[in-house]
Amino acid sequence: MDYVPHTPEDQKKIMETVGIRTIDDLFTDIPEKYKLKNLLDLPSALSEQDVSALMKGIGNRNTIPPITLMGAGAYYHYIPAVVGHVISRSEFYTAYTPYQAEISQGILQAIYEYQTMIAKLTGMQVANASMYDGASAMAEAAVLAAKTLNRTRIVVIRSVHPEYRQVVKTYAWANGYEVIETPYEKSGRMNRDALLEAVDDRTAAVLLQSPNFFGIVEDIASIASDVHAKGALLVSGFTEATSLGILKPAGDMGADFVVGEGQAFGNPMNFGGPYLGIFAGTDKFLRKIPGRLAGATVDREGKRGFVLTLQTREQHIRREKATSNICSNEALCALAAGVYLVCLGKNLKKLAELNFQKAHYLKETLSGLTGWESVFSAPVYNEFVMRCPDPKTVNQKLENAGIIGGYELGKDYPDLKECLLFCATEMMTKDDIDRVVSIIMGS
Amino acid sequence: MELIFEKSRPGRGATTIPRSDVPEVAAGSIIDKNLLREEVDLPEVAEVDLIRHYTQLSKRNFGVDVGFYPLGSCTMKYNPKINEDISRLPGFTSLHPYAPAEFSQGSLQLMYETRQYLSEIFGMADFALQPAAGAHGELTGIMVIKKFFEKKGEKRSQILIPDAAHGTNPASGALCGYQVVTVRSNSEGGVDIDHLRELMAEIVAGLMLTNPNTLGLFERNIEQVAEIVHSRGGFLYCDGANANAFMGKTRPGDLGFDVIQLNLHKTFSTPHGCGGPGSGPVGVGEKLVPHLPIPRIVKRGDSYDWDYDCPDSIGRVRAFYGNFNVMVKAYTYIRSLGPDGLKRASEIAVLNANYVKERLKPHYDLAYDRVCMHECVFSGNRQVKESGVHTSDIAKRLLDYGYHPPTIYFPMIVPEAIMIEPNETESKETLDAFCDTMIAIAHEAKENPDLVKSAPLTTPVRRLDDVKAAREPDVCWKGRM
Repeated sequence: MDYVPHTPEDQKKIMETVGIRTIDDLFTDIPEKYKLKNLLDLPSALSEQDVSALMKGIGNRNTIPPITLMGAGAYYHYIPAVVGHVISRSEFYTAYTPYQAEISQGILQAIYEYQTMIAKLTGMQVANASMYDGASAMAEAAVLAAKTLNRTRIVVIRSVHPEYRQVVKTYAWANGYEVIETPYEKSGRMNRDALLEAVDDRTAAVLLQSPNFFGIVEDIASIASDVHAKGALLVSGFTEATSLGILKPAGDMGADFVVGEGQAFGNPMNFGGPYLGIFAGTDKFLRKIPGRLAGATVDREGKRGFVLTLQTREQHIRREKATSNICSNEALCALAAGVYLVCLGKNLKKLAELNFQKAHYLKETLSGLTGWESVFSAPVYNEFVMRCPDPKTVNQKLENAGIIGGYELGKDYPDLKECLLFCATEMMTKDDIDRVVSIIMGS
Repeated sequence: MELIFEKSRPGRGATTIPRSDVPEVAAGSIIDKNLLREEVDLPEVAEVDLIRHYTQLSKRNFGVDVGFYPLGSCTMKYNPKINEDISRLPGFTSLHPYAPAEFSQGSLQLMYETRQYLSEIFGMADFALQPAAGAHGELTGIMVIKKFFEKKGEKRSQILIPDAAHGTNPASGALCGYQVVTVRSNSEGGVDIDHLRELMAEIVAGLMLTNPNTLGLFERNIEQVAEIVHSRGGFLYCDGANANAFMGKTRPGDLGFDVIQLNLHKTFSTPHGCGGPGSGPVGVGEKLVPHLPIPRIVKRGDSYDWDYDCPDSIGRVRAFYGNFNVMVKAYTYIRSLGPDGLKRASEIAVLNANYVKERLKPHYDLAYDRVCMHECVFSGNRQVKESGVHTSDIAKRLLDYGYHPPTIYFPMIVPEAIMIEPNETESKETLDAFCDTMIAIAHEAKENPDLVKSAPLTTPVRRLDDVKAAREPDVCWKGRM
């Protein structure tokens, strides 16, 4: 099925108008020796019925677990039915970036509303229309800080998601910046003294995450003024967006940028993507912030309308002088996040509280098992770290029951070799937790 | 139209949170109260309000399913519905990215085979699927080149980019720490070979070339271009934004390209979603494979696994593995079309662009009068001179006739540019009706220029004040719900 509507008669007429006898007359600019003489070596075309069966078969090779104890950057949450219905409207999903504002008021207004809700949740004045994901949003914030301040050092705490730190390192390497990692302390929170010692007059940005990779809520305000006193910017990240419903916004605690992963807002786990990077900042950076911004204005008759604005920051105008190279973003995922937030409304706080309670019950239950103990003393949101005898066997037992276990921290943190990172969201029931316990205890 | 916030009424809601089945613990008893927030300032609306709000918004939006969308360089072809349905199967949407490999064999197989198919279609040694969009792929591709020279101990500080290139090219080069040097176009719209020869030195990492270029023209001197770049040890990078022009006809790898980034959301018809999600796989030749992002998928016997042990890799450019769900759609598309379908898609895309070019040639100035590939570029210069009607006016007038306008004012080397990419999925009737409308607008411009300048007249809002939007930025609503 090639989705080409031309009949042989249409094609003949078109070729006559173009003035060619064969289709290959259109491809004479390709040097003869590089023209493909044979068909590509690919499987033959399939009917819709056949391709549907094929794809269902591939999908069925995946095992979808009834229970997942894994968070670590991707979260299993309930997605209200309205989200799927809105993003399935093809006026949204088959449109391009809204360059022609007069026929794109739908997405422009929806993005303006999304930006507003993200700014409110993060305690910031500005939020963009989305970045690729949380990790790239954090990396772009670091690069923006370095470019703005003309400094070359990035300080990142080791309790930031390991993959986020890797992305920061890749972006920093490409730009010739230095990345310094600083430790967490025994409680699981950032080591404030070590952090501030690493911040010097070459430092562009301090990157932290709250709740951090261990689920721990950081006291952002405790370092903000010291970081600023050194002339550096404070970038506060998150991977679990529902935490914004319960925690004090990083913007209210002195962060210059709040960046993070918005997947938890109405987007499925999708085996890692597409997700959406949230990027918010203070007013001061309005004209520097990367990515698209929808802005309100008026039309010729004074009627309110929306456009993509401050485009002189962007690559299609500024080219090599642009803040970022980002063009396509994750607009449809941002639309899903916006619909999710409208649907939840003030209940977002209740949802976050429910996550908190489920995780604390799971934590308490696991702490009661012989040989199990909670590793960190600092307060957590919906993830936590447990030390247990033989984590690999624990996960294997769970896997044998079709359940995804905890994240094995030893691969990223040699000091946490016997430790698993667990997550519980509103999707986990008390029965699930009882079942998990009985599987772990079983031989 | 009212904002959703303006529709908010205290006490309304669109959801209920399930009752907790575990013992209640107050967050305030565990987390320091200074670290907790009070209320969340989000709207309170009923479900019916929510659905009507977004349905009304969708009616103020134009997608490929609404009408013809000849937006040059964006490949707005029809998006087959089966791809959407397949991508929503729970087997594809519901899996955690850190699921053990035994749980994710279907996803891994799909990604592994997508890499193989793309390698075959574009003649590359291998592909990495991690980049989230075309520009992200460009950045990754340039990083791969940078890593190669670093490993070799060579310092190269410049990257060459033609003047006709997309803005993402120079921005990607700069974000990799390269100094961007511009190569001129020649009189027939290709690379100025003499200028390239002059600029291509041992300090140049490579040339980023879009082929066919943004004028819709195939680089006739591609052999010479490749020879010049390679002879000084540089790499030839292909911006694959225009890959819809040559599937099954020629392969960038065979033409001498060392790196290519694709836009699955263009060529492989996974829709654009108002600007994303996209997917920007990067393909490379043998020499550059060790530098692709981690992790890589490996096949052992009949099963698949992740390989993180790639010491020469650039590292990661995002978390996890890329926009997997977009890959599902691209994979479905490739399997539906097969090798003859992909070839026919490119052939008809090129045929349709040439048809539109021939029909409009008498009425608008053609930037370069030669056979074009999948898109053709006109200039609105004649209309400006004759009646003061600009390309932006013509675009706005098209809105009144129910079309999405072509790309305008790009490429920058063509004044008043009008870049038309009709795609293979449009019928002769659609193309004819569009051309008739463009011709009618050319007449209107002569006879009633004020009408064209006052367009659009039929859209939900009239022309919007971009200057006000930029001077008095309002990107977040300041009220309280």
